Amino acid sequence: MSQSSASAKASEEYFSLGDILSTQEKLPCKVEMPIHRLGYLDLSSDDDTLRPGTKLELPFWLAGSLCSRRRHIVSVELPRAYRENYRQVFKADPNVVDLHKLGPYFYGFGSHLLSFNHPQASDVANSLVRVGTLCLRHDGYLMSRSVTSGWVPYV
Amino acid sequence: MLAEKALELVRQQHRCIEGALGPFNEDGIRQVLEEMRALFEQNQRDTSATVAGEAGLFSSIQLRHTALERNKRCVLAYLNSRLEHIGQMRWEFGSVLPADVKYNLCEEEVQWFNNYNRMLANYMRAIGDTGGLDLTQDMKPPKSLYIEVRCKVDHGEFETQDGDIIVLKKNSQHFLLRSECEHLIRQGILEHIVNRM
Repeated sequence: MSQSSASAKASEEYFSLGDILSTQEKLPCKVEMPIHRLGYLDLSSDDDTLRPGTKLELPFWLAGSLCSRRRHIVSVELPRAYRENYRQVFKADPNVVDLHKLGPYFYGFGSHLLSFNHPQASDVANSLVRVGTLCLRHDGYLMSRSVTSGWVPYV
Repeated sequence: MLAEKALELVRQQHRCIEGALGPFNEDGIRQVLEEMRALFEQNQRDTSATVAGEAGLFSSIQLRHTALERNKRCVLAYLNSRLEHIGQMRWEFGSVLPADVKYNLCEEEVQWFNNYNRMLANYMRAIGDTGGLDLTQDMKPPKSLYIEVRCKVDHGEFETQDGDIIVLKKNSQHFLLRSECEHLIRQGILEHIVNRM
């Protein structure tokens, strides 16, 4: 990809409302270093500091900057829908799962999760591709079944 | 949670992408900017303290910095999405925005629309063989030059390019140049009759 088209694509994603919403999805995190004066982020505690060991759910946009190759301010876990037991269900038959209930940005958020280089990352990636392909094959286009709202188009 | 108000702006805009543009949320933007100012001041304070020798503040600074960037991204995306929407409206409504649409724009957006309008007009004037080409006329490739239309409401007299005067009475049918009546079709006054053969 040329320099200019790469930066055009990056700015297209930067301004994308859908991408902003998908990066708002939360994942379980654990504090690894004390974070002073931001204790208010943990609603269950009165402490002014976020202490190491504290577990809380943070949106991807925040978790991603606190947990990376260079920084280990928090550690992250895969959210429920991307873990081993759900992946097994998907392997069996993804059409029985209400993907919309798992989160409106199942695929977008799932792709973002891959940037954490989690040991199960490649399994998650394969799972996403498999679910997507099977849903596409079954439904003809990427729609998800939602109990309450009928057919809902997918991001 | 941090950047909540900013996210609300994004959600608001995301909801009306297909439909009409909502009113400009000046209050929402002001609140986001206030949050950004508070975060920035706290970070300035912590940075000075770190320079002075205090340890352990890096994680807080990093967190607040990320929140600042997130707020910025949300606001920029909100503004950008609105501008895209406004630009599209030039192609739908023409060079004059309906009053109820204009009401929802902030002053800078109106100015932006006017600039866009002017640039588009200059460009259209410069292309085509004689005197320019109106690109906003045929949004879909036209299948024929003349079309059959039915009048849906009384619209009075209408003068065609040839100088003929026709009376647009409700339910009357006419055979007109597509280019002449396209805007009336868009407004709902005429209805294009498609032959079902």
